[in-house]
Amino acid sequence: MFEIGLTHYLIVSAILFSLGVLALSIRRNAVLMLMGVELILNSANINLLAFSRYKGLALEAHVFALFVIILAAAEAAVALAIVLHIYRTNNTIEADRISALKE
Amino acid sequence: MIEIIFESIPSFWPEITLSLTFVISMIVEFIVGGKGKKSTGMTTGLIVLLGFTVTILQMPFQDLEPRLLFGTMITLDPFAAFFKYLIVAAGIIVIVFSMQSHEVRRQETVGEFFCFIAAMTFGMFLMAGASNLLMIYLSIELVSLSSYILAGFSKKLKRSGEAALKYVLFGGAASGVMLYGMSLLYGLTGALDIYSIQSTLAAGMVVDVHDWSFVVLMLSIIMILVGFGYKISAVPFHFWTPDVYEGAPVSVTAYLSVASKAAGFAVMVRFFYVAFFDSVLDLGKWGSLPLVDWNMIIALLSVLTMTLGNVVAIWQDNLKRMLAYSSIAHAGYIMMGLVVMSDLGLTAMLAYFVIYFFMNLGAFYIVMSVADRIGSEHIDDYRGLGKRAPVIGVGFSIFLVSLTGLPPLAGFIGKWMLFSAVIEAHYIWLAVIGVLNSAISLYYYARVFRNMYLREPLNGDESPITFSPLVIVITILFIIPNIIFGVYFGPLISYAQRSVELFLQ
Repeated sequence: MFEIGLTHYLIVSAILFSLGVLALSIRRNAVLMLMGVELILNSANINLLAFSRYKGLALEAHVFALFVIILAAAEAAVALAIVLHIYRTNNTIEADRISALKE
Repeated sequence: MIEIIFESIPSFWPEITLSLTFVISMIVEFIVGGKGKKSTGMTTGLIVLLGFTVTILQMPFQDLEPRLLFGTMITLDPFAAFFKYLIVAAGIIVIVFSMQSHEVRRQETVGEFFCFIAAMTFGMFLMAGASNLLMIYLSIELVSLSSYILAGFSKKLKRSGEAALKYVLFGGAASGVMLYGMSLLYGLTGALDIYSIQSTLAAGMVVDVHDWSFVVLMLSIIMILVGFGYKISAVPFHFWTPDVYEGAPVSVTAYLSVASKAAGFAVMVRFFYVAFFDSVLDLGKWGSLPLVDWNMIIALLSVLTMTLGNVVAIWQDNLKRMLAYSSIAHAGYIMMGLVVMSDLGLTAMLAYFVIYFFMNLGAFYIVMSVADRIGSEHIDDYRGLGKRAPVIGVGFSIFLVSLTGLPPLAGFIGKWMLFSAVIEAHYIWLAVIGVLNSAISLYYYARVFRNMYLREPLNGDESPITFSPLVIVITILFIIPNIIFGVYFGPLISYAQRSVELFLQ
């Protein structure tokens, strides 16, 4: 029987992390880039919980993961407010086309 | 468990005061605030100012015997206290600045501005003492979330919203990567507090240098370095800095460049110093991390940071943006102290922060006051300023000369201490590059002197620009420490030394 172990969780989280980084680097839509950030945060959460579960560690990692979820929500609220504001002033949320500030 | 919390609370009063300040100012803003009422914002500002004053008055009565609070969450020691004084003093000054700034006062929601300054200060207090990965992450995020909002505060300006967007995207990515690195570090060591991480790594059981676990450890440290690098705006994680510093209101820029950077360095030094140094046997060696020369990596980062900051600053015509690049360069100088990590290096870092505090806040204050009067931050609009507003011109020159690091001003003492710490550790090439960089920085600071004193005003308008007496007084108050610390720096250095000596192991 195929047993699911720590390695499998780590592979899933590594894939999620890579997808998040990929989304951040190739997407130019601000909302999609924020989703990339969420993917990265969740991949870290999977890591924390998997390590805690399979290495028999104390519950502190679970607390950490809960805090990360709360912070991700707070960050999404702030970021979406900023994106809304950008849309009102610039009529676009493409990060490339918002360039009043430049070198 | 509950006893630990009750035991810790008496040592936690400054932070409790700050969080109460935030909550009370928020409630006051909800009750009395509202659109179109100009005066209410200032009420909130005064409440926050009062809260900060109470905080700074409580701190001398704290017992600074190094100890842990709330389990392993927060360390209280003179090192943390040093940064806390710096942060809350910068907070008070920034609130005074913001109360005068037209850019901030024009906003309808100016009261909320002060609430977020309080939240950010609270976060930086936690950063100064954080000694658990959870607390490090939480405090960095608290500071970041408040600063995203503050950076985009000038709602009518397009550039402010853009600054906030770039900040939130870059900050989210950097702290996400840092969190992933922390989760890997947790997986390797099975501990979240940095003292247990140190003892686990020092025991050498979890990480085998011939094994994949060593690669993972390196990866996790590099990822954590990304998060810290973003906070202190070190190259190559600096991309947000110029845009955010230019787009944010000037008082926020001043706060970010002084306090946020100091807190970032505090948490970075504590994390690396406690977790990875074999401080008993061989100080200055990354005992827990063999094979890789981390001193050299940080030295290279420091060289890149100061060189890029100084070289790009040459082409900037907007003074806020120029000062943004100059503050990147200064982060590079301060990182030289991190390369050495000896007592001397850390002392130099701490002393440099105090001096940087006075010269950088002073420079930003001048930029803010001039922008309020003539409505421009462009270098061409500073032509003839030395004749049109003598005190402002002299003050700005003093701050810029101090930032360059020329004697007899305070900036020279700061650089001299950093360079001598580096030379003592046999990194002579690093000191040489530092001196060369100071020479480059003289070039772009001198452009400002030339415009202020040697060139005619742009449209021949030689009428004096009058500033309110308050602006003149505050400028003079910033000039004084820049001169005093240049000639009488003994107490400053011995205070910095005391703050480093009792660093909790």
